[in-house]
Amino acid sequence: MGKTIAQKIFKDHLRDTPSSDNVVLDLDVVMCHEITTPIAINDLVARGLDRVFDPVKIKAVIDHVTPSKDSKTATQAKILRDWAGRHKIKDFFDVGDNGVCHALFPEKGFIRPGYTVIMGDSHTCTHGAFGAFAAGVGTTDLEVGILKGVCSFRMPETLKITITGILPAGVYAKDVILYIIKQLTVNGATDKVMEFVGPLVAAMSMESRMTLCNMAIEAGGTCGICYPDRVTAEYLWPFIQHDYDSIDAAVVDFSKWHSDPDATYADEITIDVSNLAPQVTFGFKPDQVKDVMEMEGSPIDQIYMGSCTNGRIEDIREAARILKGKRIADTVRGILSPATPKIYSQAMDEGLIKIFMDAGFCVTNPTCGACLGMSTGVLAEGEVCASTTNRNFNGRMGKGGMVHLMSPLTAAAAAVAGYITDPRKYI
Amino acid sequence: MKTFGGPALILDRSDINTDEIIPAKYLTENSKEALKPYILEDLKLGSFDPKGEKLKNSRAIVTRANFGCGSSREHAVWVLEVNDINMVIAESFARIFRQNMFNCGMLALELPAQDIDTIINLGNDVEITVDTEQAKITATGDKAATFSFALNPFDRELILAGGWLEYADKKY
Ligand code: SF4
Repeated sequence: MGKTIAQKIFKDHLRDTPSSDNVVLDLDVVMCHEITTPIAINDLVARGLDRVFDPVKIKAVIDHVTPSKDSKTATQAKILRDWAGRHKIKDFFDVGDNGVCHALFPEKGFIRPGYTVIMGDSHTCTHGAFGAFAAGVGTTDLEVGILKGVCSFRMPETLKITITGILPAGVYAKDVILYIIKQLTVNGATDKVMEFVGPLVAAMSMESRMTLCNMAIEAGGTCGICYPDRVTAEYLWPFIQHDYDSIDAAVVDFSKWHSDPDATYADEITIDVSNLAPQVTFGFKPDQVKDVMEMEGSPIDQIYMGSCTNGRIEDIREAARILKGKRIADTVRGILSPATPKIYSQAMDEGLIKIFMDAGFCVTNPTCGACLGMSTGVLAEGEVCASTTNRNFNGRMGKGGMVHLMSPLTAAAAAVAGYITDPRKYI
Repeated sequence: MKTFGGPALILDRSDINTDEIIPAKYLTENSKEALKPYILEDLKLGSFDPKGEKLKNSRAIVTRANFGCGSSREHAVWVLEVNDINMVIAESFARIFRQNMFNCGMLALELPAQDIDTIINLGNDVEITVDTEQAKITATGDKAATFSFALNPFDRELILAGGWLEYADKKY
């Protein structure tokens, strides 16, 4: 019987089968950030278990609040920093080198097809873009991952999502995934791997695939996953050139991480994007999504561009297309947070940062910042933000604040207009 | 093993997310105990009062579908634990929240929607008792009702071990 990519990865990493429904997998990468890891570290220390299973397979970054904003966040950063130091975790990224985990770690080539990856962060599903099984976990799972290099999962079912059609101008991966979440609802993919396939996915850049997989969790999915192909191999080439004779050879090898044609799925859906309009959320749940035309004129106070969903170079380029030579409305504040130092520096080289600054944006250092309402752009009670992030929960960007999720292009249009508007008018 | 059951807090809404259970701004705390006062602080649900007596006296939560969706933060489980709420009964859970519950040796039990209806209709003061051996829950309010639940063998072992770290440290 054929297998899905997730089943193949599970088979390849199987350590134990504690019950017929559960498996324990060996992990290739355990990623850590300063919000969920310090409690794990403190607990391991208190139990006399301050060890790591493999300092090379553990990656750590201070990204959520950086540079630290107060004594508490400074302490969290210090706990992570000291721990990385004493366990000789080489891949540890601190102020100056740090950026949003799910943008930084792929950029460093840490994620490869067929890998198992966990992190104490729900958007770990982003890394499925590389054909890896990557799942967000809680602190206890993280502790066991750090200590033993294993994690338990229920046998996942797979939901196959075939995406067809050609994206209309002004419509992006973010619009596609918002539309999919609207169809599935916030728990439509719970306990399932969301496999994104079809001609549109094959044509997408790694950046767009990461945007797609990033929001799998917003439909409840365990992981998003794309088949690793030439696009993947070209992205990873600087890191794998000693492992393969050529990109072609890597592409052939990667194909072992494609689902078999006769694999069985829990469910299959097909989405045709040919007539898709830019999408915007309107409530406090990410499945509350409308076409942008239905939201025309909705007031906003702030525009936030960044995060692990849409803080990548492609996103900044798209938004800059609209912002070039324009000023944002007097009534709004614009904040750009490039997701990593590399992206920031590339955006500078390409003149994009200047476009944003000339338009009136504040450009922050790479950080999660306002995405989770902890720093650099927290909303006041009653304020509304047009945001390229992934969560619009009540209070997410600040108590009493409201978040509308959208693509970078739609956010740029909102910045210029001063209210939510159709970005296709500007391109 | 932890003790399970007691007076229930009924949260009659689906999709209660982790930001509602414990807002992100408290994630800078480095101890579980420090989270205690902030439980359900941002919950949007009718006249629910996170500072009320009802919540203070509750030892179990009964709720609808997709409880604990959103972030992976185990703080959402710890804030229940430090408030002596060791079990949640729901129509369904978000995967990570459910795993976090069992990883902490706590109970996340799923019952069909009509059973949740039955419990909610027992009135305002419902007492939950749980028999993990027999896999039975009794809810007592104006009347009493008993339900059986499914507990997979691995989840049962996590409860008995007191959590996943305790289990994994011995076994792997
Ligand atoms: S950018 Fe936002 S969603 Fe992404 S890891 Fe940071 S806080 Fe989480």
